[in-house]
Amino acid sequence: MSPKTLYDKIWDDHLVHQAEDGTCLLFIDRHLVHEVTSPQAFEGLRMANRKVRNPEKTIAVPDHNVPTTEGREDPANMTEDSRIQVAALDKNARDFGIHYYPVDDIRQGVVHIVGPEQGWTLPGMTVVCGDSHTATHGAFGSLAHGIGTSEVEHVLATQTLIQKKSKNMKVEITGKLQPGVTAKDITLAVIGKTGTAGGTGFVIEYCGEAIRELSMEGRMTVCNMAIEGGARAGLIAPDDKTFEYCMGRPHAPKGAAWEAAVTWWKTLFTDEGAHFDKVIALRAEDIAPVVTWGTSPEDVLPITSTVPEPSDFEGGKVEAAQRSLDYMGLTPGMPLTDIEIDTVFIGSCTNGRIEDLRAAAGIVKGKYVRDGMRALVVPGSGLVRAQAEEEGLADIFTDAGFEWRLAGCSMCLAMNPDQLAEGERCASTSNRNFEGRQGYKGRTHLVSPEMAAAAAITGHLTDVREML
Amino acid sequence: MDKFETITGVAAPMAMVNIDTDMIIPKQFLKTIKRTGLGANLFDEMRFDRQGNEVADFVLNRPQYRSAEILVAGENFGCGSSREHAPWAIKDFGISCVIAPSFADIFFNNCFKNGILPIPLPQEQVDILMKDAEKGQNARMTVDLEKQEITTSDGEVISFEVDPFKKQCLLDGLDDIGLTMERSANIDTFEAKSKATRPWV
Ligand code: SF4
Repeated sequence: MSPKTLYDKIWDDHLVHQAEDGTCLLFIDRHLVHEVTSPQAFEGLRMANRKVRNPEKTIAVPDHNVPTTEGREDPANMTEDSRIQVAALDKNARDFGIHYYPVDDIRQGVVHIVGPEQGWTLPGMTVVCGDSHTATHGAFGSLAHGIGTSEVEHVLATQTLIQKKSKNMKVEITGKLQPGVTAKDITLAVIGKTGTAGGTGFVIEYCGEAIRELSMEGRMTVCNMAIEGGARAGLIAPDDKTFEYCMGRPHAPKGAAWEAAVTWWKTLFTDEGAHFDKVIALRAEDIAPVVTWGTSPEDVLPITSTVPEPSDFEGGKVEAAQRSLDYMGLTPGMPLTDIEIDTVFIGSCTNGRIEDLRAAAGIVKGKYVRDGMRALVVPGSGLVRAQAEEEGLADIFTDAGFEWRLAGCSMCLAMNPDQLAEGERCASTSNRNFEGRQGYKGRTHLVSPEMAAAAAITGHLTDVREML
Repeated sequence: MDKFETITGVAAPMAMVNIDTDMIIPKQFLKTIKRTGLGANLFDEMRFDRQGNEVADFVLNRPQYRSAEILVAGENFGCGSSREHAPWAIKDFGISCVIAPSFADIFFNNCFKNGILPIPLPQEQVDILMKDAEKGQNARMTVDLEKQEITTSDGEVISFEVDPFKKQCLLDGLDDIGLTMERSANIDTFEAKSKATRPWV
């Protein structure tokens, strides 16, 4: 048998049917559903009089458009549109008999945090969700990607997806990260190198010493942003850390089934000599804490550099850079550390896990957020929130002047009232710095949790290494 | 889904790169639980000012492009969020074909589910079509999916590739859920096998 990549193996394990033209039907093991991209899919099922084929493989949680302030379990405290979408999800979950974590359930949170936390996401699975950051689950060595609403409906009805196989890409991060440099910096540095379209048509496997050294939380951060590099999915081969993370989770197998699963999972790696269509390598030692300066996640620079000139770019990027600079209100040549910040957002499926909160709290401890700064911590799930409270992290944040919120997507996409006002500038641990992403004419700089915490204290973008 | 018919119409030029789905349909319009009516808010934050007045020089507000049926754009079109509201808005506005040097994966797939034909072409060919689109109202382009050809207003023909299965679905207006359900025996077989080999799933 010819050597296979991890992606090839998972693909082959899920192939239901392959047509002559190469169009494949792929079986889906887990389908995650949230309130914003699913109502039209359920409506489609009802109109066609179809059922959910495998309700036991389908998990729903409201996250994108829920308030993150106290009292939200009372619908009167939701905006009308949230209320409608949440009520629709409640009803759809009930009518179609799928697993559901409502807003008042401590297990509720950002869908990509809830899935792994509850043990729904396991190695070697196919996982989809009507949300592009489904790539997060690739950290377990599962093939996970975002889909549109029509595909949500397709998966609900058939538990399969019509797919064409992507090409294989390897991203190897050799060596060891320097202090103050995190998984977020790895994933941003990779996008900075490949560009936002560099992964288009590929599934990326991340490997190398620096990736192996990361915790599961860190690996999720890396895979989360595979989509920002244009890839369909990101993958990391499972290892003992993965198994340890999964063990004992509510929906992970137990007893003999666990043993059988681990035996299977141990076969999930890329064979020696397997072919990759594209290979990229970075040295971990060369990665510094990074920030984005523009309005595309590829606009990445080490915190030690200066705002670029449009003439540093080529082709269509020259105009794009000019537009970005105008939008961001930045002058070429200014040091990135001179950029003043008025808002800090720590949260999202990229950096809303317990380890992220620990890292940020480590910087914040005993200090105060800068006068006039609005600083938010939005834990990724109710369980992350509870754990952070137990570990005393919540007190560290609130003592320093941070708001301590309930779980949800919040200012990552700012559908709920957590938004930037026009011209406000945010150091954010989320994943997208698009125009208007965090609020109309709001300005976003993507950073790690440590860097966000540092900016909250100094009031400007800051090299966190100076605070270690 | 409506069948995809040959289009002869005005093409709107949008040379920007990395046009993301947040630009195509900002999040405040994701609050709907319907698929319809989103065309009014296509490119909302570029098309209208905060008071809701049209921004005069935005391409789709210029008289010659108001009824555009084709969009010619820069690379990595449709990147970002998976929201299918983006193709819904494009289609609802009246555009059924987008031409660009490259597309983001999820957006590209979403188009086909909604009767929109996305055509990736090499940059040089997109440049030719962009110039043609810039000529405005009288420069009508033709997109023929059956023949896989675009004809510029000057009669220049550019051929394009398209996945045969997706092409057929567009031409016939097929509902692919229905097609997949015809394969339910295959799915049953797969599931039975998988229950034996991976019972923990
Ligand atoms: S936290 Fe942000 S990126 Fe993650 S699922 Fe929510 S909106 Fe999407």
